[in-house]
Amino acid sequence: MAEEQVKTVLTEAAEAAHVKQARLYWLRIVLAALGLLVVVVLVNRAAGGSFLEPSNLIRVLRQITYEAILAFGQTFVIITAGIDLSVGSLVSLTGVAMALFANAMPFHGFALIVATLLFGIVVGAAAGFINAVPVVRLNLPPFITTLAMMLMAVGLSYKLCHGRPVALASGDFTNIGYGLFLGSVFTKLHLPGIPIVVIWMVVIAIVTSVLLTRTRFGRYVFALGGNEEAARLAGIPVARIKTLVYVISGVCAGITGFLLMANFSSGSPNTATGDELLESIAAVVVGGTSLMGGRGSIVGTFFGALLIGVLYNVMNLLGIESYTQKIVLGAVILLAVVLDELRKRYLARA
Amino acid sequence: MRDIGKSFPGVRALDGVTLALFAGEVLALVGENGAGKSTLMKILAGAQPADQGEILIDGQHVRIDNPKAAENLGIGMIYQEFNLVPALDAIENITLGDEPQNGVFLDRRKAVEEASAVLAELGITLPLDVEVARLSVAQQQMVEIAKELRRHARIIVMDEPTASLTENEIERLFSIIKKLKAGGVGIIYISHRLEELPRIADRITVLRDGRAIETRKVADFPPDDVIRAMVGRALEAHFPELPPIAIDAPIVLAVRDLLRPPAVNGISFEVRAGEILGIAGLVGAGRTETLRSIAAADLPQGGEIEILGRRLRARSPADSIEAGVAFITEDRKAQGLILGMTVRENITLAHLDQFVNRELLIDRAKETTVASKFIAELRIRTPSGEQLVRNLSGGTQQKVVLAKWLVGKASVFLFDEPTRGIDVGSKSEIYHLIVELARQGAAIVMVSSELPEVLGMAHRILVIREGRVAAAFSREDATPDKIIAVATGTAA
Repeated sequence: MAEEQVKTVLTEAAEAAHVKQARLYWLRIVLAALGLLVVVVLVNRAAGGSFLEPSNLIRVLRQITYEAILAFGQTFVIITAGIDLSVGSLVSLTGVAMALFANAMPFHGFALIVATLLFGIVVGAAAGFINAVPVVRLNLPPFITTLAMMLMAVGLSYKLCHGRPVALASGDFTNIGYGLFLGSVFTKLHLPGIPIVVIWMVVIAIVTSVLLTRTRFGRYVFALGGNEEAARLAGIPVARIKTLVYVISGVCAGITGFLLMANFSSGSPNTATGDELLESIAAVVVGGTSLMGGRGSIVGTFFGALLIGVLYNVMNLLGIESYTQKIVLGAVILLAVVLDELRKRYLARA
Repeated sequence: MRDIGKSFPGVRALDGVTLALFAGEVLALVGENGAGKSTLMKILAGAQPADQGEILIDGQHVRIDNPKAAENLGIGMIYQEFNLVPALDAIENITLGDEPQNGVFLDRRKAVEEASAVLAELGITLPLDVEVARLSVAQQQMVEIAKELRRHARIIVMDEPTASLTENEIERLFSIIKKLKAGGVGIIYISHRLEELPRIADRITVLRDGRAIETRKVADFPPDDVIRAMVGRALEAHFPELPPIAIDAPIVLAVRDLLRPPAVNGISFEVRAGEILGIAGLVGAGRTETLRSIAAADLPQGGEIEILGRRLRARSPADSIEAGVAFITEDRKAQGLILGMTVRENITLAHLDQFVNRELLIDRAKETTVASKFIAELRIRTPSGEQLVRNLSGGTQQKVVLAKWLVGKASVFLFDEPTRGIDVGSKSEIYHLIVELARQGAAIVMVSSELPEVLGMAHRILVIREGRVAAAFSREDATPDKIIAVATGTAA
């Protein structure tokens, strides 16, 4: 009877603490949103009102799509305290491979689209698997294995197409690259349509987020990043989880390659060998995922990518030239992670 | 006479503690986890600022704002987790941060001379030119002591220095401490092992709830009084009564000729349902390695393991868990817990398959229910299941580890140093839990370096030396002398 009382009291205390924590969490989010709103309104003023136009907001989403999808895959890898440097090159490789594949296929229409996408996903997954093997079996640092893959993938993509972009023979992909989601409905409502690629990003965000937060696999990813030895001793199949994480990153690269190929109507070896890789890593880190592993979220990564996208967009609207844009972007990324660290220290002290 | 007085009236963590340390004495600082020992020491070491109060050394006011200032004042800290660079050798570690230079180059010869001089002064012999990572814990500790002494430390704080040492090594440590004392060094000695204090300490100060409760000379401070001062009440019998083993109790765990050289060289034993088997032995005798081999944390290279008569051929910890083995590791932070995860997540981690619903998603509500149940049953002191394990005290963390393994229906529990570094109150609770598991019919193997623990908690005691079973005692026959004699190989 006394035991029962102790239990009730404990559960109630736990409940109360939980509610309080949740309330604090939402309070923080609301405050952050308000702060963001103020900034946005100010920026909008400065840009003569063009920032908040629906068409511009959609443009931002469209622009961050590719980096965001890469960053979703990268989030899994970074939570395990790894890194995948090969994603940019894999976008090129899968793009070229898929274009060659699609041109060689005898069928058309939906079947071609699905087959091509699956092919790209398989290529990306295979590359991710190869990334993971030395990491898992020999405990080599992923920095090196994925760096090697980055070089091999880009070399292979140039070799496959002899250095020239492979134009898609079929027009079946145009709608995915350029099309609008329910375009006619939105036009009737005098609203700009939402690009199909943005829908892809949103769907992938939801799928990866559920995978990471609600499934056993996701929980194991965090456990692995937090303490690999403890995870192993708790019976977690460490090798399998680690491998899957790189495969997921490869798959995301394959999907990105598919969308970019559809957008350009061709597969090109230099599609994503520029800033895509580093910006996707920046999005993950700015989004609060720890490079030390064990902590992070897809939602955070999305907002990280959004922040970078908004910054570029605003600077364009304000007429800032591109060299300066890079400097500002770098500074903002640094500031974001410094502020986050200071916030954490403050919380730890309080 | 160097006279150190300091007092910091603080908020909550430390509530006006005054402490005096004389030159050439050993002052033991005891108290349950959370009593304020570490905070007090962090302030002395300059790792944390005090809100109030002052520190005096030789009657002079001093300001200790950072670790460097503490070092310059001759205050040396030897933490439980050593501050050594594993890849450097003893010489390099001893001279680290203050390396003898020859122009712009390091002067290795001078470094060797200086380090050797300090070591000789303490009467320590060590391999000097191998990475310290390859030295034993005791040897690493000596490197730490030498490092502090070379920096002319006059006050040395030792946090649980004997926690991972064997009897022999403790003897060596004590003789070194005596030499330090003779050299006029004042030592603050933090320990949970009350029984060793009469051998080494001059005075004992008991901290409780951020206050210095009592300070007495060791001779006037019997252990019972110390414990009473620590917990604020008299503890009932230290160890719970062991339940008898049923006459027809089946053999749950059988180990035959277990082999994993160099640590495990053919170990055999059996444990019956409801039996607690204690394993004693020196550090490095192969006790931990034996448990690790059974749990498949390391794969055995030979021998057989049977669980309830079924041969266990585990290729990973997952297989052994599946077979009903729960392995509670000695180092909970490095091997038992994911510190950045919540209590709930840690408790369900090893048995998540029980919490997955038909859509393959984790059933958060069920997790919370189970976690709350264990929090209540084991009296895990946490505000909620959503607290990060990192923020809990050592004893509480150990209970989370236990809860993790209680979620599954294990038939074999392997405990490696189950009460290392945790406070007296939690210890007693852990003992009761272990006994309760035995009562419910689990087979329990418990490795411990604390002899009283092995003697008080086991039906049968196995002594392991050099990876082999050197002797087995029933509870009635076992005495500390016999165990030590067998463990050290001095038995006839």
